[in-house]
Amino acid sequence: MLESFDLSLVNWSRAQFALTAMYHWIFVPLTLGLSFILAFMETKYVKTGDPEWKRITKFWMKLFGINFAIGVATGIILEFEFGTNWSNYSWFVGDIFGAPLAIEGIMAFFLESTFIAVMFFGWNKVSKKAHLISTWLVAVGANLSAVWILVANAWMQDPRGMKFNPDTARNEMVNFWDVFLSPSAVTKFLHTTTSGFVLASVFVVGVSAWFLIKRREILFAKRSMVVASTFGIVSSVMLIVTGDSSAREMAAIQPMKFAAMEALYDGQTNAPLIAIGILGYPEENPSGGETKENFRIKIEIPNALSYMAFLKADAFVPGIKDLVLGNEKHGIMSYKEKIKRGYHAQQTLIQYKKAKKENADDLPMLRAKFEDQEWIDNYFNYFGYGSYYDPDPTILEKNAFKIVPPISLSFYSFHIMVILGGHFLLLFMVVLWLLFKNKLANNKIILWTAVWTIPFAYIASEAGWVVAEVGRQPWVVQDLMTTAMAVSQIDTMSVMITFWLFAFTFTALLVAEIKIMTKQIKTGPTKQGGKQ
Amino acid sequence: MFGDLSYLELQQYWWFLISLLGALLVFLMFVQGGQTLLPVLGKTKDEKTILVNALGRKWEFTFTTLVTFGGAFFASFPLFYSTSFGGAYWVWMIILFAFIIQAISYEFRSRPNNVYGPKTYEVFLFINGLIGTIFIGTAVATFFTGSNFSVNEYNQSKWDTVYHGLELTLNPHNLVLGLTVFFLARVLAIQYFMNAIDHDAILKRAHKHLLINGILFVVLFLTFTIWLMLRDGFAVNPDTKEVFMEPYKYFNNLIEMPLVGVGFLLGVILVLYGMVSSYIKPSTKGIWFSGPGTVLTVLMLFLLAGYNNTSFYPSVTSLQSSLTIENASSSHFTLTAMSYVSLMIPFVMAYIWYAWKAVNNRKIDQDEIESDDLHVY
Ligand code: HEM
Repeated sequence: MLESFDLSLVNWSRAQFALTAMYHWIFVPLTLGLSFILAFMETKYVKTGDPEWKRITKFWMKLFGINFAIGVATGIILEFEFGTNWSNYSWFVGDIFGAPLAIEGIMAFFLESTFIAVMFFGWNKVSKKAHLISTWLVAVGANLSAVWILVANAWMQDPRGMKFNPDTARNEMVNFWDVFLSPSAVTKFLHTTTSGFVLASVFVVGVSAWFLIKRREILFAKRSMVVASTFGIVSSVMLIVTGDSSAREMAAIQPMKFAAMEALYDGQTNAPLIAIGILGYPEENPSGGETKENFRIKIEIPNALSYMAFLKADAFVPGIKDLVLGNEKHGIMSYKEKIKRGYHAQQTLIQYKKAKKENADDLPMLRAKFEDQEWIDNYFNYFGYGSYYDPDPTILEKNAFKIVPPISLSFYSFHIMVILGGHFLLLFMVVLWLLFKNKLANNKIILWTAVWTIPFAYIASEAGWVVAEVGRQPWVVQDLMTTAMAVSQIDTMSVMITFWLFAFTFTALLVAEIKIMTKQIKTGPTKQGGKQ
Repeated sequence: MFGDLSYLELQQYWWFLISLLGALLVFLMFVQGGQTLLPVLGKTKDEKTILVNALGRKWEFTFTTLVTFGGAFFASFPLFYSTSFGGAYWVWMIILFAFIIQAISYEFRSRPNNVYGPKTYEVFLFINGLIGTIFIGTAVATFFTGSNFSVNEYNQSKWDTVYHGLELTLNPHNLVLGLTVFFLARVLAIQYFMNAIDHDAILKRAHKHLLINGILFVVLFLTFTIWLMLRDGFAVNPDTKEVFMEPYKYFNNLIEMPLVGVGFLLGVILVLYGMVSSYIKPSTKGIWFSGPGTVLTVLMLFLLAGYNNTSFYPSVTSLQSSLTIENASSSHFTLTAMSYVSLMIPFVMAYIWYAWKAVNNRKIDQDEIESDDLHVY
């Protein structure tokens, strides 16, 4: 794991993973949220017996089916890509990471797909109640699927519950509950699923608004909007609350990501939160790293960043510089020091392997280190940093700046997500209020805003993942493994070919999906009692 | 309860579960087999629709089983996951690609405005049926014939050919299994159609095609099995863990594990009985013999590959890199935790059974696909 790696291979592998993940994420949030909206609507149908509610349910169910199919198609790749493109990763942490993926399959995927079959094909075959339960189980199953992959993702950001075994050269799980119930896993799950609820609510509100603009299916549209905007308001509030907790956890476990998403170069107490900002060109620093960010425009909320990170207005929020160069006053270790310690840990592993081969005298001594909690805390926990080591101190210093994620991408993604989160909440409230006042149908501005908000829900949602995943670069497992250490040893050409193959295929499928979807929407719900 | 099991027992338990999932997957690939039969069994638009809908209610089980198979393999034998997927890159990518295009085809095929036309989606289904079965069969055969990889002292793996697994498809023994699975899937599909569809013209054609597909399957299957019994196998010395070639290893495994031997024979007999009886006297029941028979046979084949000190994923270029259920598995702790999770499997199977019956409680016929109270592909 310690030799040097082909950078273009790493980058193509990352590009492929990003491509497939982002395509997959176009479809998943709608599944997560729409499944619940369907369950609400069908519950209403079963309770009131009003066939109009059944029509409504069935219309959205059809859109659900179209979206679900392509979500499945893009998802299967991800499951296997850990192996195909990140095989060293798969071994290094597979003992922990594999379990959630397996549980996801056993527990959630089957639940979801089995009851989807009943939901689609069971209308005239099972009782009304059994059908309703199936629809609810689809929603539960879909969201349970999200639990496990998010547990796995949270663990990469915040590894815990495991111990490194030098004999197998991998991390091994020692506490299942530490992995499953880690605070980052819980918040990540809540934030991500509620983001799906919000996206689906925006989708339903937007599509219904289009029917109102066209003055078609008024009852259908209004009822759909009541359900979706109510769900949207509740979910938006939860989304903002959980987003706020995400940020606080991030400040504790991934301070560099936190600094990057606020483009905070110099740490400060009473740090302000940048509400809206446009970045200028960073000044170059002789050691090769960017050190100072210029803002062209910024609107700040005083003390808010300190408060968000540590719930104290005068707390010190470390900036990128503090983290790279260290800050003694605030007890922050420099990256240079972390690199040295990580290098020591890596060397110890190499020595251990050598001693084992030669059955050398220092074997028990070396083995004992990996059991010594103090050594683990002081050295092993920086294992991944060792890859940036260089005997030449100036190069080492320069390398330390390579452990900084892309700043502007993190910054903009974060701010776009947050601003749009506010916009969605406001939209749901206005729509619901106008519905109650019976003034919505004539308010073209709000209706068109609702329609045009649909793409922005997707943008916010993708931006969220960009924050989470770009912001943690270069780590695939925080502090322990970089993407370069994780990659499969295949030729770059093969990865390039599959990248373009997937890019082409997914785009072609997306085009078909959008066309089919818009056609179904234009066709509208079935006539009462007629054929679909 | 699992806490008392030894590490080796857990490894064996998980190899059993992986084998079971693999066996269920092969059975469920009747969906793939059926997809390759669409053009020959469905001549009119309506006939095609009936066939597509018969399969369309089942494809997700196959798909989900494949995904779960991958996840469970990762969790229990991560070294296989990292070595095989990262190494035989092209084989797996081609398989995955074939499943991507399947997943949308059912839903998109008959929808208006689907851009590429229904024919394209039918071709996708055909490709999935062809590649899915043949490549998965080929990949399973490498459990007996070996691959080209090496694993270093950090358990990092490297593939030793530049073809990244494509070379495996040129090995005739692998290819024989790939084709066996292909024809088996078609035979099973025909029996599934006989069970689920009520349409004279389709059933007549299906019956006719049973013969040729059945014969090809039997010939290929016997070729594969006899060859397997005669070839040298990858044995492991239980004390030194050294891997070595043992003549007639898989035959010896059958003899040394009589339960596996009997199960294998029983499975084969069930499959053959189901096929022959469906041909002689067409009925809905054939699949009830051939289906479980397939599961039993494939399960036993997997057990032959992993039990009794055998390397289940051998390397021919670096014999000592070969993977065994002992050196490739997860830690004792993870296997124990996962074993508790596995207690859910019977429960999962129970509700799948319920749903399957609920949805198939009436045969698929012309009326059904014209019903407006139903999702029709
Ligand atoms: C409105 C206030 C919001 C705040 C304060 C907020 C905060 C955050 C933070 C800090 C992260 C990174 C978590 C990490 O890296 O561990 C994140 C991720 C994410 N956000 Fe938001 N967010 C907000 C709104 C939204 C909206 C409106 C959406 C989409 C509709 C959204 C979707 C996501 C997604 C999908 C992720 C990635 C998954 C995750 O890491 O949890 N967020 N959010």
